[in-house]
Amino acid sequence: MTTDIRSGAVAGKPREALDAVTIRFAGDSGDGMQLTGTQFTSTSAVVGNDIATLPDFPAEIRAPAGSLPGVSGFQLHFSSRDIRTPGDEPDVLVAMNPAALKVNIGDLLEGGMVIVDTDAFTKGNLAKAGYDHNPLDSGELSRYRVFPVNLTTLNANALAETTLSKKERDRCRNLFALGLLYWLFDRPMEKTVRWIQDKFGKRPEVADANLRALRAGFNYADTVELFTTHYTVDRARLEPGTYRSITGNEATALGFIAAAHRAGKTLFYGSYPITPASDILHELSMHKEFGVKTFQAEDEIAAMGSAIGAAFGGAIALTGTSGPGLALKSEAIGLAVMTELPVVIVDVQRGGPSTGLPTKTEQADLLQAFFGRNGECPVPVVAPATPADCFSMALEAVRIATTYMTPVLYLSDGYLANGTEPWRFPTTESLPDLRVEHWTRAEGFMPYLRDQRTLARPWALPGTPGLEHRIGGLEKADITGNVCYDPDNHHHMVSLRAEKVARVAESLPPLEVFGPPTGRVLVVGWGGTHGAITSAVERLREEGLSVSSVHLRYLNPFQKELGEVLGGFDKVLVPEINLGQLRFLLRARYLVDALGYNRVRGKPLKIHELAGHIRSLV
Amino acid sequence: MGMNTDVGGGTATREAPASLSRKDFVSDQEVRWCPGCGDYAILAQVQRVMPTLGIPRENIVFISGIGCSSRFPYYMNTYGFHSIHGRAATLATGLKCARPELSVWVVTGDGDGLSIGGNHLIHALRRNVDLKILLFNNRIYGLTKGQYSPTSEFGKKTKSTPLGSIDYPINPVQVALAAEATFVARSFDRDLNHLAHIVERAAAHKGSAFVEIYQNCNIFNDHAFEHFTEKDVRDDRTVYLEHGKPLVFGRGGDKGIRLRGLHPEVVALGDGGSTEELLVHDERARDASLAYLLSHLDYPEYPIPLGVFRAIQRPTLETMMQTQVDQAVQKGGPRDLDALLRGRETWTVDA
Repeated sequence: MTTDIRSGAVAGKPREALDAVTIRFAGDSGDGMQLTGTQFTSTSAVVGNDIATLPDFPAEIRAPAGSLPGVSGFQLHFSSRDIRTPGDEPDVLVAMNPAALKVNIGDLLEGGMVIVDTDAFTKGNLAKAGYDHNPLDSGELSRYRVFPVNLTTLNANALAETTLSKKERDRCRNLFALGLLYWLFDRPMEKTVRWIQDKFGKRPEVADANLRALRAGFNYADTVELFTTHYTVDRARLEPGTYRSITGNEATALGFIAAAHRAGKTLFYGSYPITPASDILHELSMHKEFGVKTFQAEDEIAAMGSAIGAAFGGAIALTGTSGPGLALKSEAIGLAVMTELPVVIVDVQRGGPSTGLPTKTEQADLLQAFFGRNGECPVPVVAPATPADCFSMALEAVRIATTYMTPVLYLSDGYLANGTEPWRFPTTESLPDLRVEHWTRAEGFMPYLRDQRTLARPWALPGTPGLEHRIGGLEKADITGNVCYDPDNHHHMVSLRAEKVARVAESLPPLEVFGPPTGRVLVVGWGGTHGAITSAVERLREEGLSVSSVHLRYLNPFQKELGEVLGGFDKVLVPEINLGQLRFLLRARYLVDALGYNRVRGKPLKIHELAGHIRSLV
Repeated sequence: MGMNTDVGGGTATREAPASLSRKDFVSDQEVRWCPGCGDYAILAQVQRVMPTLGIPRENIVFISGIGCSSRFPYYMNTYGFHSIHGRAATLATGLKCARPELSVWVVTGDGDGLSIGGNHLIHALRRNVDLKILLFNNRIYGLTKGQYSPTSEFGKKTKSTPLGSIDYPINPVQVALAAEATFVARSFDRDLNHLAHIVERAAAHKGSAFVEIYQNCNIFNDHAFEHFTEKDVRDDRTVYLEHGKPLVFGRGGDKGIRLRGLHPEVVALGDGGSTEELLVHDERARDASLAYLLSHLDYPEYPIPLGVFRAIQRPTLETMMQTQVDQAVQKGGPRDLDALLRGRETWTVDA
């Protein structure tokens, strides 16, 4: 928060304008913190703030109540300016129990607000959180502004007249907290009211209780002396246009629907449930009216196989997974490379190796995407940079796949997938035309003929008379596609497949440099770190330092300008949420002595930490 | 050139190009199976049946995995896909979902379909995808030169089991029945007419059709089925299942099978036994119990059943998938991508 929330203490409940605020809601995984955060986010988006979110939840669905592993958090950054990240450090922490306080207090900005449910600070809950004392009484929170609210009791009182059980009443606590925050940050409640009515339409008594809790929270904050000021955050001065809010996974799903629509084709999505990619399957399965066919396969391999089959049949074929699933799909991706069929593989990266950190973000599948298959097996790789960019890159992935007849890897990550931002959505007619021409002439047809420009082979579909042909995983003779073990042919075909992927570079937009094209330090990023890197670089340039950045959305092949851009700077720094995978590729490809900034913590990079590191290089 | 691949409804076009013959289904590729392999007979029968099905050749696709049997698509002059080990059913499922009007065939073996690809086989069958699955069972790994397979007999000595196999074998028909396949049959490479008949029945079935074909590998597992497939013993050691007919077998039909409680027993006919008390085959029973019971019959205690164990009707995956799409289109009106992108809530930032 740029304006100081710590000053506070003004009588008569005045409003104070702030530029930006970061709130973190934290509670048990059953406390509804994701929902509370999502509601606050939608309301903030609709009032015109720029927004960025970071849901942070445990892999366990319901870890023991009150325990540290069971804490679920949702961080939201809302602003009157253009923002790119969910915020380094929260200004406000809402802690529904001692465990939520303990897990999150270390991240809070010094002097930030802590709103706690004092009713939850029982001996039992304190013990579960590993406290041998009550931190609310010990003075250890003196660096923060603590707002103790007996929230469970207040909520229960507000719902005394309802017919709900005590347990059901207590489940409305999060709405009480949301109402309180709505007052504190001067938000309208209409959107959430509508949402409650919609969601619990069939259970009017539950809808009524939730509405009462919401309003009681709002009125409580308005009435008690504890809260002296409420804060306003003005509409953001975003580019003019019409916006909606969107998560990365939603944008991914919509992007592929749009791509299939612009190709005039059926979208086929074969997938096996896996965190954090499952929401793509959920979203796509809701849009059958666009001719979308979703298939929940028996395993990751079957999902990939089904997508290859659908591609052979002429659909826009897609599979989605996360790192462990990508490993399982490897052999089948090789088959798609060999048979030169257009399939897009979405990998929403998460912490690894093995099962790793299923609900946390990471960028450590880049080398798997490049090299994780047997044989010389090149695949174009693209990576969206922001949640909304997931939409654009989905269209790009389909364009590359169908133009070059190749599988394409699309690397999203857990942060992009679940993060929300405003999206100035495009109109259908502004989207690229992705129509495909299939080979239909029997005369002169050969399955492995090549387009001279793209090196793509013909996409000849079953059902076309006279084009009956056989393809498969064995090496193909050039042109005829017959099985061929000839040594020179193999060398030729291996080279051809590599050359075809290299030629994708001819079709890519020019690489944009953020900042001057030459200087002291170039920061090179990819994927979900875009927001942190750009913000850090912007901050340093405001300080007058010679720093620029490029963010790679195309990783294989790289854009043609990259080599020259790298050469224009004294130092190249590659921040990544891995141990230096892009850096490894850049060093190999461009012989550049790139430096790394690597933090593999399952969390997005922090702007101030990264900025500090860059500053030390300049 | 552009053609619309957006699939509408989808049953196979049945306007037969009557002029097609067996030769039209023979590709220009040299067949590379070992001389004397049972695969030749199966290929010949499938090529014989194809022109009689009334399906345009361009609408037929053969998909295989890896193994000797999986070279099959190269020899069929149809669309074909030689995929990777065990995964043919997955490609076939995706293709059939995308293009319900195609006639999609899967050729697999005992290793490909029951070992590495066992999971996919089970799931394709339980979903009732309209696929014709031909499983060539030679009870050996041929392409890798002679290791035991999931259908090899217990105790079998092979390159990888010099002291005898200690794995209990799996019964392909039982796997298919347990997966609730809607069509389950068995034939073998030595009775060409029966094989052709079963392939025709499978082709005519709407839904997953599973056919186990006993196939002799004369290099690594020769004579595996001779004890009941040789002409002089075949009548006494096999029983041909026919819907609605009593289970009669033996030279001149001198034996039958009846049930005593839950136990089948072989009875001699005309010698105190009459066909009236024999078990009558019912391939259309909703419940697979009878078919499962029959699947247990094995030589030497019983004759080995051949023919159709089960053939029932149930909606297919790709049809139901298409129906959901069609209904959504009907209900949702014309596809309005702009409305989808706009979503439920928007706000405007003025210049």
